[in-house]
Amino acid sequence: MARDLPTQSISTQPETFPAWVQHHARVRGARPAMREKDLGIWQTITWAELARDVRVLAHGLAALGVQPGEHVAIVGENRPRLYLSMMAAQSLGAIPVPLYQDAVAQEMLYVLQDAQVRVAVVEDQEQVDKMLEASAHCPDLAYVVYDDPRGLRNYPPGKLLAFDALMDQGREHAAAHPDFVDRAMAAIGPHDAAAMFYTSGTTGKPKGVMLTHHALIDRALAIQELENLTDREDVLAYLPPAWIGQNMFSYTQFLVTGFTVNHPESPNTVAIDMHDIGPTYYFAPPRVLEGLLTQVMIRMEDASAIKRKLFHACMKLARRVGVRILDKDGTVGLWDRIKYRVGDLLIYGPLRNALGMSRVRIAYTAGEAIGPDLFIFYRSIGINLKQLYGSTETSVFVCVQSDGQVRADTVGPPVKGVEIRVAENGEIQIKSPGLFKGYYRNPEATAESYTADGWYHTGDAGYLDTDGQLKIIDRAKDVGKLADGSLFAPKYIENKLKFFQHIKEAVAFGAGRDEVCAFINIDLEAVGNWAERRGLPYAGYTDLAGKPEVYELIRDCVEQVNADLATDPRLAGSQIARFLILHKELDPDDDELTRTRKVRRAFIAQKYGVLVDALFEGKSSQYIETEVKFEDGRTGKIAADLPIATAKVYPRNTKKAA
Amino acid sequence: MQDNRETRIGDVILDMKNISLAFGGVKALTDISFDVREHEIRAIIGPNGAGKSSMLNVINGVYTPQQGEIALAGVKFSKMNSRRAAEMGIARTFQNLALFKGMSVLDNIMTGRNLRMRSGILAQAFRLGSAEREEIAHREFVENIIDFLEIQAYRKTPVGRLPYGLQKRVDLGRALAMEPRMLLLDEPMAGMNIEEKQDMSRFILDVNDEYGTTIVLIEHDMGVVMDISDRVVVLDYGKKIGDGTPDAVRSNPDVIQAYLGASH
Repeated sequence: MARDLPTQSISTQPETFPAWVQHHARVRGARPAMREKDLGIWQTITWAELARDVRVLAHGLAALGVQPGEHVAIVGENRPRLYLSMMAAQSLGAIPVPLYQDAVAQEMLYVLQDAQVRVAVVEDQEQVDKMLEASAHCPDLAYVVYDDPRGLRNYPPGKLLAFDALMDQGREHAAAHPDFVDRAMAAIGPHDAAAMFYTSGTTGKPKGVMLTHHALIDRALAIQELENLTDREDVLAYLPPAWIGQNMFSYTQFLVTGFTVNHPESPNTVAIDMHDIGPTYYFAPPRVLEGLLTQVMIRMEDASAIKRKLFHACMKLARRVGVRILDKDGTVGLWDRIKYRVGDLLIYGPLRNALGMSRVRIAYTAGEAIGPDLFIFYRSIGINLKQLYGSTETSVFVCVQSDGQVRADTVGPPVKGVEIRVAENGEIQIKSPGLFKGYYRNPEATAESYTADGWYHTGDAGYLDTDGQLKIIDRAKDVGKLADGSLFAPKYIENKLKFFQHIKEAVAFGAGRDEVCAFINIDLEAVGNWAERRGLPYAGYTDLAGKPEVYELIRDCVEQVNADLATDPRLAGSQIARFLILHKELDPDDDELTRTRKVRRAFIAQKYGVLVDALFEGKSSQYIETEVKFEDGRTGKIAADLPIATAKVYPRNTKKAA
Repeated sequence: MQDNRETRIGDVILDMKNISLAFGGVKALTDISFDVREHEIRAIIGPNGAGKSSMLNVINGVYTPQQGEIALAGVKFSKMNSRRAAEMGIARTFQNLALFKGMSVLDNIMTGRNLRMRSGILAQAFRLGSAEREEIAHREFVENIIDFLEIQAYRKTPVGRLPYGLQKRVDLGRALAMEPRMLLLDEPMAGMNIEEKQDMSRFILDVNDEYGTTIVLIEHDMGVVMDISDRVVVLDYGKKIGDGTPDAVRSNPDVIQAYLGASH
């Protein structure tokens, strides 16, 4: 076990991010730190070059008057220069605040005002436009530094500053004040705030979560030890930089362990780039894994009959023994092992390669619960996918599954340093060195998130299993009861529905009611493909969603879920009585999902109150008109007469119907 | 941004004088004169059969007009041929795409570099040092275009497998690979949905902005043309019925009649 390894001499280890940058430049200066695919060729920056650029950039920011403790907004896709900017800001003791790059100007405005941002480093014209739009209401915003000058030639200079110009200013500043940055770095303490992340806020306004150097670095060190991470790992940075999970993997862990982070050419080329790089350490929220699986399944359906047969035969074997072989279970028979080896040559290996996961040593999934079938699919083809549990406030790592002890329905034992207890109402409460310093300018919220005796409220309901693994059921506030008092865990039901490739999102309602009803969003790609195969014409999402054939397809899925629920005595009452397919896709732009694509159930229940009522009244259809927001901020209307379908409800405690 | 454009637009680069073109007894173009200034976006619009494509074909030398004179950057021609047009820096895209469907996006755009390749076929076949260096330089240029048009994800995909809107982009990419002074676009937005049209408009503006390329475009869709052009020529039945800024053309009674019918 990794825990038995002698821990490195703690005293010599850097305690702040700028110190880690210097450390790696010294220890592994010639190793690749970052790669970026530019003009079709991977370009490498070594640790020595990285440290040098960060220093110049820090001088540049100093020339713009950035002070310790000041917030610097970072907005864009994963670009090395944006990450360098975060390091540069930290070198001055300033606090980088990454923002979601797909947020509209309105949403950014709130954060820019709340964090009193004076300097923003952004990717391109798209982000510059949003900053300029927001700046009318942000008198503090003085500089917008942009990386990609394309399309900005004719913008009035005003607040705008090109990245290269900033570097030039940095060089001048460095010549005038050679030891400025060194002094600034020396003044940073490990318990100063290192970064601030805005929680996407399933309820209310986003809150700025302040995390210290110590908290983030401590968690990264714990994981490095647990997983034996080395500087030879390759990571692909492809998730939104404003998400703590992405930051942990491609920034914090990167700076602590000193491995290589690869930046894709563009968001559209992630699959190709992943295939190029073959990351060894991989992190994906369930929806990404689901998307990949959907693509695989669609392509398999297009394959020839022989290939399809072979695939299904191999997957059947993998489901039976693949996971046990991965867990080094000695009871798997020799003949099964031989067959699995053959399957590995024919299907699993090529499949891993096609997914870009041939070299993956450790893969994590987190962010939301993962469907057991989805989870087992990846593990059965030999990818060491594990679950972890954590949130922005806890610097991610609270629980991580350890190799060989991975189960689909738990999130593993607490990581070193974390203590867990379960409150009377079922809520999980923790203590950890990774806990946040507080919500920015919101002491009430900070105080509310701790118990009187200093434990942090995670807000999740769950319990510790007999073998010490944590099991999460749902958000504590979402777990409800049906009118007859039986347990209602909406997320659990939604997740079961979402595992079907034809269903993209689901929202279950039932708290305080006699029965459970659900909204469904079909997956346009998967259902569209299914419709094409059957020669079913459709004009777009709304049209396709209303087709009686599609309703039949979804009814099948719902009834399978019902059959499954019926076998669980505690949840048999939560079978879905009626459902409807929404006429529009739930969208973060309409506030229906968070930016991390979590369903905002209360908001949806209120917005579509008419539909919820119609479902529970048992009407056969309901007319609705909805306003939608387009990406450019304009609004439009979608109207439809939505049919409501009933699904078969199975008697309690029966075995699965055929 | 608009004020800035005024100062960028330069002298007349292409001057068409009294062009007439007839196929047998059919008069395609009758006595048409107009000019194109350096760095501007110039649109030719008109109803079906107005002679827009014929006009474009006269400019790049596919058709030779019976009467009239073409002056390109001060040099006068009574007839142009397509090779010379290409050598003088005129590139074009086609209304009905003329891409190599079986070749990758990258290779298709590389063909646009053809005129700028110096090394001979043998040097290329044996990958002599000079030929290899040349290819690397050309490849870099092409990669810049791929980056510019945001088609990195399809670099190695055969063009025939791409959706129409993307094929149009590749067609534009190939024309750009020639490093043209003047770009002729034949209905760049035909058959596109609104989103694709918006993307294409942005690319056309960006090409004009970033590379300073003069653009002459034919378009059916009045709305798009009016948004992105500096000046517009209107043709109807082979005759010029309007010429000027989008606003001037929009309010020209002849143009309204040609587009909306006499009763309007």
